[in-house]
Amino acid sequence: MVLLCFSKYFIMSEKDYLKDISEIKNLMDRSSRFISLSGLSGIFAGIYAFVGAAIAYVYLFPKTGEYLTLHSWNFKLLLILLASVLILSVITAYLLTTRRAKRNNEKIWDTTTRRLLINFLIPLVTGGIYIIIKLNSQHYGLTASLMLIFYGLALVNASKYTIGNVKYLGYAEIIIGLICAALPGYGLWFWLLGFGVFHVVYGSIMYLKEQKN
Amino acid sequence: MGIIDNINKLFDHRIRLGIMSILVVNEDADFNRLKELLDVTDGNLASHIKALEQAEYILVEKSFVGRKPNTNYTATKLGRAEFKKHIEALEKLIQKPKI
Repeated sequence: MVLLCFSKYFIMSEKDYLKDISEIKNLMDRSSRFISLSGLSGIFAGIYAFVGAAIAYVYLFPKTGEYLTLHSWNFKLLLILLASVLILSVITAYLLTTRRAKRNNEKIWDTTTRRLLINFLIPLVTGGIYIIIKLNSQHYGLTASLMLIFYGLALVNASKYTIGNVKYLGYAEIIIGLICAALPGYGLWFWLLGFGVFHVVYGSIMYLKEQKN
Repeated sequence: MGIIDNINKLFDHRIRLGIMSILVVNEDADFNRLKELLDVTDGNLASHIKALEQAEYILVEKSFVGRKPNTNYTATKLGRAEFKKHIEALEKLIQKPKI
């Protein structure tokens, strides 16, 4: 009889402790990570990058023998194109992520998202300013490489505040950014690979995972 | 029973355990953030915070944001160490084969 009570006590408490552990894990994740980043927005960002790169390749890139100079209208259009791709991607990501956050009952603006954004923006803005400084002194050869590297660093830095495999996307961007730096002249292609292909692949993987859950 | 020794009585409550879980993975958290994450009433949360504060597991820092008072909580070194011990003890208990 005593033995029975004893074992009953143990089985019960074991269940409680299991519940405790899962509760702890849940709270740690919910309090420190934003889980509602949408995979679909990655796919869209990739598609915008494809379209942007195609327009740039067909209309804006210098023909053989010509040079791209900083004050030509071609160059300005290229910057406008780049900015449009960026803005469209950000708007899409914001809309899709808000929708998902609502469904997950997660707040779009709290301590976690604020930390996520700050950690994402520090390397990104640093890189952006650095690229602009370089452009102003006519050094645009490494622009694609720098964009990839700083974007990759931004992803790795922000990945602490979200779940999923964003950091692997970050590593991939950094690696091809470095390869791109070593192979001058192929900037557009690496840019397309990093911002187009990688986004579509990563977004699709995340999207499939979301659908499964 | 060595394992049972490490089970911390103070953490034997859902809310106190929750507060510590949040504070060990975040630099700090304020009262409203804890309340929202744990889904508890003000009074309930305050009493559990007091217990953890008295044990010196958490640090309370009061300040003003504009005119609104704001209270921030951080886990102390002692609190982190005790929490870690508690988790390890829990894990061992779960791994233990059933009697």
